[in-house]
This record gives sequence, structure tokens and C-alpha cells, in this order.
Amino acid sequence: MSETSAGEARPVAPGTAAQPGDPGTPGAPEGSASSADLARRIARSNLLVVVMAFVFAFLIGSLLILVASTEVRAALGYFFARPSDTFVACWREISAAYTDMFRGSIFDPNGFSRTAEDVRERGGSGLYVLLPALAAGLTPLLETLTVATPLIIASVGMAVSFRSGLFNIGGTGQLIAGATAAGYVGFAVDLPPVIHLLACVIAAIVCGGLYGAIAGFLKARFGASEVISTIMLNWIATYALAYALTTAAFTGANRAQPTSPSISADARLPLLAGEDHRLHAGLLLAVLAVVFLWWLMNRSTLGFRFRAVGSNPRAAEVAGIDVGRSAIGVMFVAGALVGLAGGVHVLGTEQRLTGSIAGSIGFDAITVALLGRSGPVGILLAGLLFAALSTGGRFMETSQGTPIDLVQVIQALVVLFIAAPPMVRALIGLRSVDRPRDPRPRRRAAAPAASASAGAGADAADGGTAPTPEGTAAPPSSEEDPASGPPPADSPDDTSKGGTA
Amino acid sequence: MKLELQGITKVFGTFVANDSIDLVVSPGEIHSLLGENGAGKSTLMNVLYGLYRPDGGQILLDDRPVRFSGPGDAMRAGIGMVHQHFMLVPPFTVAENVVLGHEPTSGGLLDLGAARRAVREISERFGFDLDPDAVVEDLPVGAQQRVEIIKALSRRAEVLVLDEPTAVLTPQETDELMGIMRQLRDEGTSIVFITHKLREVKAVADRITVIRRGKVVGTAEPTADQTELASLMVGRAVELSLVKEPARTGDVALEVRGLGVTDEDGSAPLDGIDLEVREGEILGIAGVQGNGQTELTEALLGLQKNAHGSVRLHGTELVGRTTRQILDEGVGFVPEDRTHDALVPDFTVAENLILDQHRRAPFGTGLALHPAAIRARATADVAEYDVRTGSIDDHVSTLSGGNQQKVVMARALGRELSLLIASQPTRGVDVGSIEFLHRRLIAERDRGTPVIIVSTELDEVIQLSDRIAVMYRGAILGIVPADEDRDVLGLMMAGYTVEAAREAVAAGARTTDTQLVDEGEIA
Amino acid sequence: MSTAALNRDAAPAPQQSRSRATERPRGWWHLPAALTALGLLALIVFGLGSPGGTSTAYHLADADDLNPGGLIPEDIAVPTAPVAITLAALALAVAAAFWYLGAAARASLARLRTPLLIAFGALWVLSFLTWAFHGSTVALGAMLQTMMVLAVPLAFGALSGVLSERAGVINIAIEGQLIFGAFGAVLIGSVAGSAWIGLLAAPIMAMIIGALLATFAIGYQVQQIIVGVVLNVFAIGLTSFFFGTVMEQNPQTFNAPLRLPTLRIPVLADLPLIGRVLFEQTVLVYLMWIIVIVLTIALFRTRWGLRVRAVGEHPRAADTVGIDVNRTRWSNVLLGSAVAGLGGATLTIGTGVAFGEEMSAGKGYIALAAMILGRYHPVGALAAALLFAFADALQLRLGTVPAGAGAGIPSQFLLMLPYIVTLFAVAGVVGRVRVPAADGIPYVKQ
Repeated sequence: MSETSAGEARPVAPGTAAQPGDPGTPGAPEGSASSADLARRIARSNLLVVVMAFVFAFLIGSLLILVASTEVRAALGYFFARPSDTFVACWREISAAYTDMFRGSIFDPNGFSRTAEDVRERGGSGLYVLLPALAAGLTPLLETLTVATPLIIASVGMAVSFRSGLFNIGGTGQLIAGATAAGYVGFAVDLPPVIHLLACVIAAIVCGGLYGAIAGFLKARFGASEVISTIMLNWIATYALAYALTTAAFTGANRAQPTSPSISADARLPLLAGEDHRLHAGLLLAVLAVVFLWWLMNRSTLGFRFRAVGSNPRAAEVAGIDVGRSAIGVMFVAGALVGLAGGVHVLGTEQRLTGSIAGSIGFDAITVALLGRSGPVGILLAGLLFAALSTGGRFMETSQGTPIDLVQVIQALVVLFIAAPPMVRALIGLRSVDRPRDPRPRRRAAAPAASASAGAGADAADGGTAPTPEGTAAPPSSEEDPASGPPPADSPDDTSKGGTA
Repeated sequence: MKLELQGITKVFGTFVANDSIDLVVSPGEIHSLLGENGAGKSTLMNVLYGLYRPDGGQILLDDRPVRFSGPGDAMRAGIGMVHQHFMLVPPFTVAENVVLGHEPTSGGLLDLGAARRAVREISERFGFDLDPDAVVEDLPVGAQQRVEIIKALSRRAEVLVLDEPTAVLTPQETDELMGIMRQLRDEGTSIVFITHKLREVKAVADRITVIRRGKVVGTAEPTADQTELASLMVGRAVELSLVKEPARTGDVALEVRGLGVTDEDGSAPLDGIDLEVREGEILGIAGVQGNGQTELTEALLGLQKNAHGSVRLHGTELVGRTTRQILDEGVGFVPEDRTHDALVPDFTVAENLILDQHRRAPFGTGLALHPAAIRARATADVAEYDVRTGSIDDHVSTLSGGNQQKVVMARALGRELSLLIASQPTRGVDVGSIEFLHRRLIAERDRGTPVIIVSTELDEVIQLSDRIAVMYRGAILGIVPADEDRDVLGLMMAGYTVEAAREAVAAGARTTDTQLVDEGEIA
Repeated sequence: MSTAALNRDAAPAPQQSRSRATERPRGWWHLPAALTALGLLALIVFGLGSPGGTSTAYHLADADDLNPGGLIPEDIAVPTAPVAITLAALALAVAAAFWYLGAAARASLARLRTPLLIAFGALWVLSFLTWAFHGSTVALGAMLQTMMVLAVPLAFGALSGVLSERAGVINIAIEGQLIFGAFGAVLIGSVAGSAWIGLLAAPIMAMIIGALLATFAIGYQVQQIIVGVVLNVFAIGLTSFFFGTVMEQNPQTFNAPLRLPTLRIPVLADLPLIGRVLFEQTVLVYLMWIIVIVLTIALFRTRWGLRVRAVGEHPRAADTVGIDVNRTRWSNVLLGSAVAGLGGATLTIGTGVAFGEEMSAGKGYIALAAMILGRYHPVGALAAALLFAFADALQLRLGTVPAGAGAGIPSQFLLMLPYIVTLFAVAGVVGRVRVPAADGIPYVKQ
């Protein structure tokens, strides 16, 4: 009698049209190209939702800036006397904050003009001015790329697990495992140059993978929900690292200080943009990781099995795929990638272990993978975007005093909005899009679309698969989407007479 | 209570599930709603029960129009429903399930004593043997169905809808259920009895409405001719038999000895199975659902972790091997529930067609897939099996049930096989496709492949098989030739051994439908 | 998914009564084996590892306690090694009992399981304490007091989880609800100048997170785990933002350290050891006890509870008998978040500290763990919260043991303990945790 859970949890690609098991029903009416249809498709498109999600998130962010601003509050005090003051103050606060965010993350016009003048003063002209000035102006972008590097790699790891139907919340733990391993090999072991770096990277991959595989093993062997076990493993790793940083093995001579010695020079990732910038070769690894994600999920037999198990574990099992081994495999690969991110973070950016080495990368990676719909291109863009937000936020914090936590709020809001496209469309007055043939307001008409993006299993290209690990995820299937296809109708009749017995 | 549906229309997207359906159920009659799978019967009843909102038409109770915004309204109006998938909360007790939604309370707390009394009272009236404190998930299916009936009756339902109630029952239990239905009718309850089984309709219905593709295509009296009803139901004259050559059997290919499955709790859903299948022969396995057929096919496929005994395929022992190894031995498998056991909904048609072959040449290696070969295979299969799909790159979940089943069959039959196991090979498939798939199965047999067909539809087993094994409570009661008396098979499905069944039939025992034949109601 | 499927398909045939052998379930040996390992660990490390000749003192009662005739000695000193060995041996005896009952598959095991586990736990912990505090004093009363302080937010958080997950909504956002409660209590309380107003504000503020969770999880059917995780980020970000701006600019108005008064119940509060722990607390602690009791009765003995559990187990069945599934879920999520808000209030106005950035510090996740370990039962959740809080209290206490005494256990291991215990619990070592069948599955009506 567990038929409810099985029935409702059955993952059917959201947004896809017809109902399994309806003999003779027509396919979805997609692909006709009347202009009304085209308009609807644009309105339905994910791009619009993404853009509007950012707009709304930044609008709410602006509100927060205003609430927090003393000047605005002061001007509000005499609002009725001189309302213009309030508006001026509002505008000044918001524009200053967001300008700084841009300056801090992508292009710094001040740096550009300062350098340009310097060079001009020293007699340069033409390209001799432009190039160094551009370099100075783009310094923030280099920092953004540096921050994006581990984020993208970790998100790729998350994407592997999401698309395989596993909710890996264990980014922090796996990151710590990878970072610790890479860091330890980096400062405690003596190896020849290139080999040392290689050893560090491999250590990160293996340790991250093994740490991730623990959750996979618990799921495969005992059916333990990976959501819970990865959360627990995060904290275990955090405290284990905290403990390690009190031991002589990890702190070296200075045991009072909970940081490791710097990793040796030949274990560091080479810098890409000269000594003045932190940008390092990890960026290339990030690009490789993204390519690997594409290959793994679209071209490899391993990824084929991962996806099959993620979408319908039972069918995969019947087709001779070992579901348990797949769960361990998924978590190993995911953990290995996240571990690599930790390794890259230590070997390239931080260059030493601290208790807070993982920062919020583990959780940010989840949001980036969601935002990027777990696809390679999406992750690349989302990773850069989030990195830009956080470097920009840091600059904004120092220059304006607006706490960087604002960025965290904006990021969370973006993901929430993108997870619920019907909400975004409702906010911009496009409600009818979700139920073109139904004049009556019904709140949940486009639900599966919501879960498609929320479900994170989505492939950027094909609209998505929602992960449905046992007992945890259960996005509604297209069965329940009256707007986009034929209905359950008599499907109980039809498909699952056997189901209840 | 008189129930009247007028012009009920229900549209899902572009699909019209119910097209202006009229239906009148008089007080104290058993009204049978007859239709194929997917005809729209359940949709109609869900509209009646307030689960779906109709897009047109109205419902009248005792000539007064009513509107239901939810099942609660329908229940208050006196409509009760026994769902095909029982609406029982598994970890609750019988009493808790019965009172859920209209719980008696005393002093703010649940009054389970009153609930138990209600259960006992109704149980006694109908001679049910139900412990109010039993936990529902521990009860057998038949007993769970009775809990559903008590649940509806305890709410004083005057119209009772039974949605495919016999799918999970043995012929004997079905007869008992029919007795209950008659008793209820005689007490004045109107009953809507949804089914696609002609025999049951003729046995119990007072009036019959036939639905096809969302429309009422006719009403009939139970005295109507059976083939006439059948053709009404499926839309054209149906040839109820399949022409096939006699089997040219070869050596014994599959030898099963003492195959059993023991669950962790110590129960044995499959016990001591012995059977042989020869090359070029179809062995049909009949039986009421839930008598070990699933476990048998799963044990053969290595999907049962706790299987023991011996399965030899051309001399190779299969028990203890993994599913993958068994598939690599050349075993083709069509699972009984395609959505659940066979298809990956987010995969394309092409990907689903090579799901079990994805790492073998030419479709892939241990490392990478070969997309060109995969597409070529898909293109060929889609053409050969006439799978109606926009493209081989469409998600398989966009296909209709019949086409999905063709994908599953194409996958199983798409290579050189040493054994084919097909479970419910045509479940939920339209009539035209059934014939096609049946022909494919026979063709596979004629190529010399040993074939096992498992089906709970006795007709299908009889049509396809060269020999028939009947399963009951996890064991094979006997293996008989395909031309065995239908009554004997029916009794065996109810637990008689071959000899006992033959004796009983000789002595005049009849199950419902043959009684009807005797009474001249079935031609 | 596969096991569920197998079980379903394997459902017995009609009227079929299968012979249920009295065989012991597979994996029956997990628990006895784990206990034996723990017992041996205690025996070897705590017992045999204790230095000879030292003693451990237990401080049981204060001078001014209600202690007629010194019934309970204020301090008892016990020789470390012999006592630790004895206690470990007794724990091993309990483990042996599990072997005996499990191997013979006795029916009494089900009844005896919990008491025996408690006995094992108590013996093991005492053995540990005796060893860890050798040459020093175990201030049991103070430790229990710390435990209570630490347990209350966890218990409230876990109860929030029980409320929403019993109705079928996964609540990862406990962390966010806690911090919103803590934040709201201080913010509103400071503005109004009263801790009592803060106490009212906390659940209302936490309900904002609850409402967001419900909107996205129930209304828009976004994957519930995702919503929870993101809402935690959101809540921490938002509170930190206000902490860094408004509160920092004007702490007197917006972030004053308020404290709810301690309500002392006369006489009872003077009982030795447990008196102050149970009867001299803020209203929040009493509220916690009341909520646990009320919720237990409500969930398992009332119409409301039956319906909530039905919605969490089989929403469609609930719907077909006229229960509004999504409204039930909404109200339970809101109720749960309000309860978690009270837990947040304990962090600030309950202990008299001002709001601090990220002050929930992962307590929401421990609460989640407590809920799971407590098997979605209010009493179980409370017990697990107390257990986790005890580990934390112990860790704090061990940090104060004078050098030279004590065993020098790294505090990190004790901090890790709740998570490790939960890991074992979800792996089913302590018996399988039954999750509400529809937990996390949105309910969609046509």
C-alpha cells in the first residue's frame, strides 16, 4: 500500500507532454508557430524568469539597503517637509551600493583612470596607456575568476549528484576532506616540483571522493537518506579539521595557532596573471571540470547509469544496473570533484589550512548548481555570477559599509525565485501563461515547471530531470500538469493495476 | 438515492477524458460502468467523488443538482467510493482508517472505542472477520478492500462506487464480493460497479453503461450478448482468439528446480518451484495477482536477493548471478509494470531502447557510449514496432502507454535471445497493439526461443500458451495443456490441485461465468 | 525505492496467511555488536586506562538544598579505576542481555529495548565520567543545568521538525527559524523595552520563515530540501545584514541584552541535583515541557493528530475523506516554525544575551538530527535533544577541568558526537526509523 509514495513520486520529466499510458492521446501541442504561440513561448522561457528573478532579488536588496541606511531614515524623519531629500538619499544609497558591487567584481573605472593618468604622466600614449589601464581596471574581474574557480568545480560535483537523483548537501564536508588532504600533502610531504602538485591534487580528489562515498555507502547498504547523512558528515568534517588544527601534525611548530604552515612553493598552483593577482591555474581545472561534466553525463556509460538510476532506480535495476554501486559511484565522483575544489582552493587561493577553509563554498555550490540547472554551461555562468556578487559584495562592504550578507540574501532570493517560475510570472503579471486554456485561477497549474528548476536535475538543454532520491525528493510528475498535457485520466486503470496488490 | 450525471465533461489539456457523459443510477440497483482501460471510467467517478472538477455538465442527487468542491462534500451527500488503489493509511489501524475524517471524540480526545464499535457492527452485518485494532498494512488485500467498504458504509453512503474492485481478488473472493454487493443493493444502496471484465458485469449488474474513449457508447441489460458488449466496449468486432501454429518444441532449455524466495521476516512468497521450458514453446503462467508471479520472474532475473534453488538455462546455473550477468546470458525480460520497472521516464526513446545493452557493442564500451549506433537501433525499432513518437529523441514519458509497451517489447526482443520472460506483455495496450505484440511473441517462439508468459488475464494466457502453469500462494499447483477446461483453470487459480479441480468440474462445480453459460446468458 | 517496490509486489495474496517463522530479523546482531564494542571500549579505555590510586568526586548536592538529614551526601569520592571498571562491566552485561534476547528472538525484546538502552547509556556515561574526571570533581548538578540550557533550543527545533514532517513537509529550515526567532525576540523586545514582548515576537518572526517554506514547498512545490537549505542561507544572511547595520548603529534601541525572569517554584527548586534544573528556569523551559506533553497527546490521541499523521502518510487517502491536505500542511509548518521561534528566543532573551551574527551556529541541524534520532516523536525528540546537549555540556565542563586531572579528551570529539550518533541512527543500527511515507512529496490535486 505504499502506492501513494511510489505513484506520486514517480519522476516523469516535467514539462514533457503526454501522459504515459493513455492510448491514443495526442502529443503536446508544441511546435506550432503562430505569433501568439511565440509570444507565449517567450513568456514561458526560462531566460525571462532568470532575468526577472535577478531583478526582483536586487529590488528586495535595495529595500534592505534603504532600511539599513541612517541617512534615509534621517531624511524620512522630515519626509513631509522635504520628500525630495528622502528620494535623493534613497537613490544615493542604492546606486552607491550597486556601483561598488560592479566596481568590486568586474571593472574598476577608478583603477582604470588612475593607471591611465599615471602612464600618461610618464609619457605613454595609445595602446601603452590603454593596456595597463585596462589591466588595472579589470583587476576585480581577475579576483572574481579566482573566487569562481573552486565554486565552479564544487558545483560540477553537486551537479553530478543532483542529476543522478541524489541530494548531496555534503559539499562542506567533502570540500574539507579534499582541502585537508591537499593541504597536508602540500606542507608535510617533500616531493619534487611537478609531482608534488600532482600528488596534492590527487590526494584532494581521492579524499573528497572517499568522504562523499561514505554517504553513498550508507545509502546503498542501509538505505540511509543521503540528505541527512551528508549534513551530519559536514559537521563531523568541520570538527575533525578543528581538532586536526590543534595537533602538531597539522599546525607545525606553532600549536597555539589553529592554522597549518603554508604549503610549500612547489605544491602551489601556478599563478596565471602575475604576482599581483591571486588568479591561478585552478581556473583551467575548473574549465576541465565543466567539460568533464558534459562528457560524463552525456557521453559516458557511467553517467548513463547514474542518470538512469537517478530517474528510475527500479527500471535501472531491472536492466542490470547495480543501484547500490551506482549510489556509491555517484557520491564518489561528486565528492571527488568537490574535494578537488577544496584542493584547488588551498593550493591556489588560500595556501594554508584554516578551520574555516570551506567557508560557504559547500552551500554556495548547491545554489550555483541549481541556478545553472546542473548543466555545464549553466554552471559556468552561474558560478561566475555568484563569484562576482561575492567579490563585489566584499568591496561594497569595505567602501560603503553595507554588509556582505546582503549578497547572501540576494543569492538566496535568486535561487528561490528561479525555483518557482510561476511565482515570478505571477509577479510580472503573466499569470495566464501558466494556464492558457483555463480562465479560472488555479494556483498550482504550473507546478511541475517549478519542480523542474527546483529539482536541480535539470539539463540546461533538455528542460530537466528532477532528482528523486528515495523518500526525499518527489517533484510532481507531468501527470499532474493539466496545462501541458493529457491527464492521469484513467491511468490507474491502465498502467498500474498491479501496483497495489 | 437516485444518482444522475448530465453531460459531464472533463478535459485535461487537449485531451477530452469525459465527453458529455450521461448516466442514471436508480436507487437500489447495481449499475455497471463497463469500458476498456483508459476509457475514462475512473475520471468520471473522480468527478462524481469531487476529486476532479468537471469542465461541464452537472450532477443530480435525487433530482437536485449538487456541486462538490471536494470529496468531503461528496461524502456528506451520501456518496462513498472504494478506490482501485485503496485509500487507506498503512500504519493506522482498521478503526482509525474507518473513522478518519469523521472521528468520534469524547472530551477532546479521539474516541477509539466508538470507532471499534462501528467497525464491529458493520463487520457483523456482512459477516466480515475484521479486527478493528489490526494495522492495515499487515492485512491481506481482500481484507483491506473490506476495510474500504466499511469505511464507505460507516459514512452512510447511499451511492457506493466500486472502482475495479475485483482486479486483486480470486474468483472465489470475487463471488463473495458480489454477494456483498447484492446484499447492499437489497438494503437500498445504489452501486456503481466499474470494471472491464464482461463476466463480472453479466453476473451482478442490473444495468450496464458502456464507455469508450470518454463517451457513452451504449447502455445494455445484463442479458445482452457477451460479444456484443465486447464490441461495444472496444469499438469494433473483436476476434477473441488468435491463430497460431502448434509449437515445434526442441530440447529443454530452462530447468527450474526448487526455486524459492524467503523474505527477511521469514515468509516465503515463492516456494519450491519446479518447471521446464523447451525451445520453441510458450509456457504460460496463470494466477491471481500476488500469488508469487512477480517473485518468480524476479528470481529468474536475479532481482530477488533471497532466492534459493536452481535455475539452469542451457546448463548454466543462474541463481546467485547478478541481473547483469543473467541478461548477458541472453535473457530478454518484459517486466509487469512498464512505468515502474522498465522505463526511465527522463530518458529518450533511443536511450530506453538500449538501457540494458548500453555497455555492450555496438552501443557502448565500458567507458563511452556510441550515439550513432544507439540512434540507428532506435530508428530501426521505431519503424519495425510502429512506435508512435515524434522523434527518437523524445522522452519516453511523452509516449502513450501502448507505445511505451512497444518500446519495452522492442528492447527485450531486439537481440538474439536464449530465453524470453514477458510479464503482462499487453497490459494497458489498445486492441490493435495487443494483436501485434501477440504475433511478435509467437514469432519469437517460432524462432526456437523458449518463452515464459506471465499474465493475470486468463484469456491471454490461454491464447498464447502451449502449456499453462497455475500459481497459487507462491507455488505451482500444476501444469496443464493449453486446452484445459477453463473451469479447471479457474478452480486452480483458487487453490485447487489439478486433480481436485477436474473432479470438482466433473461433479458440476461452476464458477460464475460458466453458470451463466449454463443459464444461456452467454452465447 | 526498490525495496519498497519489492515489498509492495510481494504483498500477500488474498486471504493468505503466511507462516511467519519466529526467525530473528537479519541484522539483529547490529545493535548488540555495537553495544559490545562500546562496552569493551569503556572497559579498556575508561576502566583499565584509569590511573591507579586516583579518585573521582561526584558533587551531588549543595549545602542549601532541601536535603533532610543529609540524605544525599554533598560529595562522594570514588576510587577511579575500580568504579570505572565495574560500571563498564555492568554495561557489558546489558549488552550481553541484548545478545541473549536478540539471538532467541524473544518477544520481550521490544518491551525491554528502551529501558535497557537507557541503562546501558547511563552506565557507559558514568564510567566515562569517572574516568574523564579522575582527580577532579564531577559537578553533576551544574552539568545538568548546562545541559538543560543547551537542550531547550534543540528541543524546540526538533519539535518544529516533528510538527512539519509528520504532516509531510521536510523541514531543513529549522536553523533559519531558530535564528529568526532569536533575532525577532531581541529586535522587537528591545524596541518595546520588554523581554515579554520579545517572547511574543519570536514565534511570529520565525513564522516568516515557516510561511516562506510553506509558500515554496506547498504552494509552488519546489523541492523541499532545496527550499530549506536556501531559506537557511537567506535567514542567516538577512539577520546578519541587520546585525551589521541597524543593530550595530544603535545597539541600545535594537539589540539590548534582555532576559526573561527566572521563575522559581518554591520548595521543589531546592531539591538536590534536579531541583534547579527542573524548577528554577525561565518560562521558555516550562513551555518546552508543556509543548512536549501537549504535542504528544495531540498527535496520538486527538482528531487533529490522526489527521495530521494521515496527511503525512497518505495524503490522497486523507483527501478522499475530506481532509484539506495542503491546509493541514500549511498550518503545521507555521505552527512548527512558531515553536522553533521559541527555541530561538531561548538563545537570546532566554539566556540574557544580545543577538549575534550566525548565533544559531548549526543548532538547527542538530535539532534536525534530534528529530530523526527521536523517530519523529515529541518525547523521542526531547530525549535526543537532552542527549546531544549533555554531550555539549560535558565538553564545556571538561574544558574547565584543571590541568593534570581529567583525561584530556578533545572537545571536538564530543561536539561531533551528536552527528556520529545520528549517522548510526539513520543507518539503522538502533532499529529502522520510520519516516512518514509522504514526507517531502508535494500533494497535487487536479
